[in-house]
Amino acid sequence: MRDVAIIGVGMIKFGRYPEKTVPELAAQAALLALKDAGADMKDIELLTSGNLYQSNAMVGQRILQIIGQTGIPVVNVSNACATGSTAFREAYMAVASGAYDVAMAIGSEQMGKMGLLGGGGTGGDPAYSTEGVLGSGLMPAVFGMAGVEHMRKYGTTMEQFAKVSVKNHKHSMHNPYSQYQVEVGLEDVLNARVVAWPNTLYMCCPTGDGAAAAIVCSMEKAKQFTSKPIKVSASVLTSDPWTQRDLTMPDINTLTRNAAKEAYEKSGVGPEDLDLIELHDCFATAELLHYENLGICGEGEAGRMIDEGQTYIGGKIPVNASGGLLSKGHPLGATGVANICEVVWHLRGEAGGRQVEDAKVGLAHVIGLGSACTIHVLEKV
Amino acid sequence: MAEAPTAEKTRKPIVPFLRIPDDPAEKPYLLGSRCKDCGATYLGKRMACSKCFSTQPMDEIKLSDRGELHVFSIVHQSAPGVPTPYVAAIVDLPEGVSVRCNIEGVEPDPKNLKFGMPVELVTNKIRTDREGNDVIAFSFKPA
Repeated sequence: MRDVAIIGVGMIKFGRYPEKTVPELAAQAALLALKDAGADMKDIELLTSGNLYQSNAMVGQRILQIIGQTGIPVVNVSNACATGSTAFREAYMAVASGAYDVAMAIGSEQMGKMGLLGGGGTGGDPAYSTEGVLGSGLMPAVFGMAGVEHMRKYGTTMEQFAKVSVKNHKHSMHNPYSQYQVEVGLEDVLNARVVAWPNTLYMCCPTGDGAAAAIVCSMEKAKQFTSKPIKVSASVLTSDPWTQRDLTMPDINTLTRNAAKEAYEKSGVGPEDLDLIELHDCFATAELLHYENLGICGEGEAGRMIDEGQTYIGGKIPVNASGGLLSKGHPLGATGVANICEVVWHLRGEAGGRQVEDAKVGLAHVIGLGSACTIHVLEKV
Repeated sequence: MAEAPTAEKTRKPIVPFLRIPDDPAEKPYLLGSRCKDCGATYLGKRMACSKCFSTQPMDEIKLSDRGELHVFSIVHQSAPGVPTPYVAAIVDLPEGVSVRCNIEGVEPDPKNLKFGMPVELVTNKIRTDREGNDVIAFSFKPA
């Protein structure tokens, strides 16, 4: 497997664009990435398109119908919230294998009002729907319970989870791509209406529309496009291994730990070497669990980490300098590519007011329930 | 030939692993399967063991009607028709399997829920299906 570099990235500001179609949103991001790479469609040999809600509707091909019908292979990818990052990984693998020199991954989503509650019916008589009758399988409760498990094990408090929201909203003030750029205080977060305890409204990521794109290239060819290639040092994908409660209570921890271990081994980088992390804070509770899952602190120490402000920009290990999903929003297919774009910008020194000083190594993490976890380690060369 | 349905025939479980005995004097119970090769225990019937990959037919076991509260969340926003707030929970059963359920009989406030508290199975009719059958669901309540 040969070295692969990211030569171009682009995303649109996440928000609501009901007047646009999904391929139009995706095309905008793609054109930004092509411009960033100094490339055009004739250079792209493979397209992977990550989109969930229109996964049966050939979004990848419809994007090419807007930006360039070159007849290249298109793979439409879905992997829950890890859709975009899986699309990125497929592009990476295609180039790493030597089969292709340049590939583009585009993640996109248009969610309307459905959000994380919608999608997937009972497929039959609704009298047999178990949602809200036999507990809840929807994301707010799943991540509520994951947080409560941390409370049970370590005495983590609702306030500590709420601090994640305060941090990420503060970070978003410097991110023009973020759907929301609003500072919130701890009391605002705690007093907001509860969605699924302990997560209040500001502790849940907003739904919205968005798109992001990244272009990968073999490292040797990368210099033809950019003076700032960013190396993909590890691209890892795991699914949920058998654990005692996983089939009933989705285990978001084991598959993340497995992915992190593999990513650190493959890249030769350890958690202590990371300059920034963009992780999957779909809910505030998730972020603290992932501090431990990614090994940036010891077991049960995540509460103390957030109390001490260690994960703020300027802190020991900035987490979600972009504002995270909590501020940026979570257009499902786009997220996994967007957090790669963010890490790339920091490694190039192009992250503006939210720039992490002297960033050389970053990690992008996504988890899709059902479950899939991707971790990418990116390095400045 | 038409037959007047008896009360037992029109009681249908909301999920296949909730067993409603024909004899109304017998309590409904949760059905489990246990892998003969590795002992992993599951709700309902399984085609194979997702832990050790065995395809040996599993032992069917009647799961206990008592368990412990592992974790919960208080849900305030749900699908249409679901009364909120309610307690969504994961209950651990002694056979080594967990079940997703609501906790009834307690005000939905974290103060009222203790980790590890003993809970017991209750069943109730929640809806009528398209064919007029009673749909029976289960929940757990403090024991």
